[in-house]
Amino acid sequence: MSEPVSDEAPRSLWSDARAALRHNRAATGAGIVLALMTLAVLVLPALLPFSYEQTDWDHIAAGPSLASGHLLGTDALGRDLLVRTLWGGRVSLLVALVATAVSLVIGVTWGAIAGYAGGRIDQVMMRIVDILYALPFMFLVILLMVLFGRNLVLIFVAIGAINWLDMARIVRGQTLSLRNREFVEAARAGGVPAARIVRRHIVPNLLGVVVVYVTLTIPHVILVESFLSFLGLGVQEPMTSWGALVNEGAQELETSWWMIFFPGLFLATTLFCCNFLGDGLRDALDPRDRSGR
Amino acid sequence: MLRFTLQRLLTGIPALLVLVALAFFLIRAAPGGPFDTERQLSPEIEANLRRAYHLDEPLPLQFARYLGNLARGDFGPSFQYRDFTVTELIGAGFPVSLRVGGLAMLLAVLVGVAAGAFAALRQNRFADHAVMAAAMTGISIPNFVMAPLLVLGVAVGLGWLPAGGYGDGGWRHLLLPVVTLALPQIAYLARLTRASMIEVLRSPYIRTARAQGLPPRTIILRHALKPALLPVVSYLGPATAALITGSVVIEQIFGLPGIGRFFVNGALNRDYTLVMGVVVFYGALILAFNFLVDLVYGFLDPRIRHDT
Amino acid sequence: MSAPLLAVEGLDVEFATPAGTVHAVRGLGFALQPGETLGIVGESGSGKSQAMLALLGLLAANGRAQGRALFEGADLLALDEPALERVRGSRIAMVFQDPMTSLNPYLAVGRQMGLVLAAHRGVSGAAARRECAAALEAVGIPEPAHRLGRYPHELSGGMRQRVMIATALLCRPALLIADEPTTALDVTVQSQILALMQELRTRYGTAIVLITHDLAVVAGVADRILVMQQGACREEGPAEAIFRTPQHPYTRALLAAVPRLDRPATPLPPPRVQGGAPLLAAEALRVEFPVTEGRLAGRRRRLRAVADVSFALAPGEILGVVGESGCGKSTLGRALLALVPVAGGRVSFLGRDLTALAHAELQALRRDLQVVFQDPLASLDPRMTVRDIVAEPLDTFEPRLDEAMRTNRVAEMLTRVGLDPSHMNRYPHQFSGGQCQRVAIARALIMRPRVVVCDEAVSALDVSVRAQILRLLLELRRLLDLSLVFIGHDLAVIRQVSQRVMVMYLGRVMEIAPAEELFGAPRHPYTRALLAAAPLPDPALERGRLRAGLPGEPPSPLAPPSGCVFRTRCVWALARCAEQVPPLVRDGAGEVACLRAGEI
Repeated sequence: MSEPVSDEAPRSLWSDARAALRHNRAATGAGIVLALMTLAVLVLPALLPFSYEQTDWDHIAAGPSLASGHLLGTDALGRDLLVRTLWGGRVSLLVALVATAVSLVIGVTWGAIAGYAGGRIDQVMMRIVDILYALPFMFLVILLMVLFGRNLVLIFVAIGAINWLDMARIVRGQTLSLRNREFVEAARAGGVPAARIVRRHIVPNLLGVVVVYVTLTIPHVILVESFLSFLGLGVQEPMTSWGALVNEGAQELETSWWMIFFPGLFLATTLFCCNFLGDGLRDALDPRDRSGR
Repeated sequence: MLRFTLQRLLTGIPALLVLVALAFFLIRAAPGGPFDTERQLSPEIEANLRRAYHLDEPLPLQFARYLGNLARGDFGPSFQYRDFTVTELIGAGFPVSLRVGGLAMLLAVLVGVAAGAFAALRQNRFADHAVMAAAMTGISIPNFVMAPLLVLGVAVGLGWLPAGGYGDGGWRHLLLPVVTLALPQIAYLARLTRASMIEVLRSPYIRTARAQGLPPRTIILRHALKPALLPVVSYLGPATAALITGSVVIEQIFGLPGIGRFFVNGALNRDYTLVMGVVVFYGALILAFNFLVDLVYGFLDPRIRHDT
Repeated sequence: MSAPLLAVEGLDVEFATPAGTVHAVRGLGFALQPGETLGIVGESGSGKSQAMLALLGLLAANGRAQGRALFEGADLLALDEPALERVRGSRIAMVFQDPMTSLNPYLAVGRQMGLVLAAHRGVSGAAARRECAAALEAVGIPEPAHRLGRYPHELSGGMRQRVMIATALLCRPALLIADEPTTALDVTVQSQILALMQELRTRYGTAIVLITHDLAVVAGVADRILVMQQGACREEGPAEAIFRTPQHPYTRALLAAVPRLDRPATPLPPPRVQGGAPLLAAEALRVEFPVTEGRLAGRRRRLRAVADVSFALAPGEILGVVGESGCGKSTLGRALLALVPVAGGRVSFLGRDLTALAHAELQALRRDLQVVFQDPLASLDPRMTVRDIVAEPLDTFEPRLDEAMRTNRVAEMLTRVGLDPSHMNRYPHQFSGGQCQRVAIARALIMRPRVVVCDEAVSALDVSVRAQILRLLLELRRLLDLSLVFIGHDLAVIRQVSQRVMVMYLGRVMEIAPAEELFGAPRHPYTRALLAAAPLPDPALERGRLRAGLPGEPPSPLAPPSGCVFRTRCVWALARCAEQVPPLVRDGAGEVACLRAGEI
């Protein structure tokens, strides 16, 4: 009664996840759109004949037109909307990356220490997270902006500092359950040093949730930044961001619909794609779903 | 249940203290004083002002004074609206904000939960996909984008509703702000309810109920609904925070005389006491609501209720 | 012969999965007479549960059933959903494996029962409450009216399963389908539930279909037995015939693989080295866990998982450790491996006190002390290849090994445990449970350790695979001169592999004796009760036994009884048993912890 071994080639969970993601057409599409968006934001401004602060006196608040070269129209000061939207995208994506990285580093470190140490250290660390979690952070960030002026670095740090709480909770929960898994106990019983257990067993098994959570943090960060910019508390003129552009558009709503429509479209599309990709990754990488089948 | 309540208080009270302390010391650490924005004042007048606002005392004393004032509901005078205290401004704005926010919350819970449950019961069919696509769109369009677009379409384009203002607080003035404020929460709650309902419907005890020959109505209403709504109940805390945050831009866009508008104006004009008063007031509100939600949750879950 | 209650013909069940159609059941047919008990036996994946779920229209959404199932004049498979609802719970009731997850944790027991009464008989209010209380009383639940307001988490495992059965019988169904009803329960509770089902069947004349993987469970209960494998019926017949004269090779193989509790094990070949100082020993070992209820505001209490345990493992010996869930046997295993902190006493390995060693010395000693855990998949890191998993001890203890040597050693070890070395680059989820356990054994043995702790190492495996893994372990033990601590809950498995056996209850040792003595002439009342409760895979023997067994369930380890921890369930208990903790006293070739051991 010998048992059959599956004949397929060796497959890691990662390649399984990649395959699952590839089958999820919505998530794949969202990933492609995001890649294109990033590429456009990085490359296109250099190729277009306008700069983000240059006024075209012949076309003030002009609608989209092929003839003038202003494909998405111009703003109230005659600046090309496409270039400004792309520049706004640079700011939004930069904030997203830096702030997510900040929250990733703090959150993973905090959560992994609490989860692996366990006991009283864990209790104290997570109680701190609980308390901070209860604070209305958006208001504190606004307060920070009011007090210390509108400065990009401060935005990065402030937004990153909000988001690490979720990351810490998730990583801590996962570490705690990994620590008690039998393969980690087997490694401990086998005399594997603690540092190597963390490196070989804990970290690789954490990666899945962290990746999923990062893709869900990015849209959240973009949203927070554009919210601040919308209120006029984000980046400063003539530099711009999607939230600031939407705000300017809202002022000219009744006369110039394109000023709010295009930046809003870019922003919504990016958020939409990030959320879709995050959902797809979660389906592909969530260990709970895997064992359920 | 008593221990559970105490435990929740043990999170809430330090959080409130941390919040007040953070707000207070951040303001003191900020570069420039509250009088910088005005034209140059003579040193004597500024010194008098500082004394009047107790800014010349040592920090701990100022903090103690501030805490004492807070306990009496006194947030101090507003720097920008010189004739009003912050408490008066909050008192004037809060009824409007509460009305808009409360209606939005009600709408979000009713529509979000209903849509989510509906999608879950038709899992993987057309209706499910339609609801989930709409929800995904809903969470991806920020309300400060949605609001101007709705104003453009419904108010400016079709002329059905006023584009802004509070008027007499009737439904014509409230409809657009409430709907835009609620939309992202509707979308989020729909996704949350669907996921939770599907998980509950897959659980072994629902299989037991089906094996007992209970009709689908009984299974959903008596067996599945309560556990499926538990995640929704615990999300109500974060939802409140999100609604309050959203109300700041919504009030700005629709020109509603709520706390949010004072807050934004205060923020842009560096009115420290006003901003801080609103932060503390809303923070306390969110904490209180979280506490209430926790209690409701504890009451709904028998494993917490009986754990004495 | 009267008309059958249920006649199933050509039942096919299919599931549409992304990987293609899976045939769970193929052409199953059987007939069940009123009041008869049919045992359906099969290993995991044999389709036994899916077949029964299909009859009631309870398949998952991607499942489809075909065939005919005549029950009381109607074809169940042709009924529409409302008609099926009238049958389910009313004419055919079902009881599932895990009573904790099968009861709704958010509804009081009485409410869950009341919904069934209301749906099928329109009874509600005080009348319904009276009837539910009567039903609880009928399944042996004390203070039934009081229990109606309780939630599932407030009841013990056995109580929950009684509630499930009481609910199933509320409408006096003609047929009760019980799907592994005792698998999640301890052996003493299992015997209570089996006895209860027997009794109810006599009282109400309900026909029963009992689905199980355990041949011993059906031996005493079933009139007829149907053996399933890979979705098809392999053999069906009267219970006696199936056990005495099995016709199908699969049935024979299955019966041969079942370990026997009632017969002496085939004597183990003697180890090549014998005698000498004990390799591993515990002295007055105590392990405690702090338990906090709630987080900061909670009370802190100490849960004593292992109390005052002493034993010594001789070179070449296999020591079995047996007990019900919560008796501390797994914690003991972890304490022996220095994986949990010890609160008192000592563990010595190769003459050195593990509890007093410096970290580096302890790590070095681990080379000779290895472990195999219960869940084969969980004990292998899902992100590592089998090669890296098996090589991990090599990386730790012989880091200077070159890659070719490392691969060689892994290949050699994999061959030894019966795996194809060409599969070493695969990941654990590509292997079956039995194969994963072979990988875990390969990892444990690659450094040639002196002692291996096997913690429920075969409990998660099917009968036939279990037999293979046990054979492999015993073979390797002789080949590599191993000593084993074999922890388990299955008495028959323990009898088959152990030379000496230790019985634990609530963290304490009740009895420790050579296997043949312990199983042949048990001295402690608890050992006797355990042996009496364990079902035997032999209908003739089972029918003759009295199924009263041990009353009640083990108390919470947070509040163990004073004196002798077993006294609350012991028929021999006297007043003095509550006052004095009985010491472990030599008695014949073994040791017993009972004040009245001499009298009984």
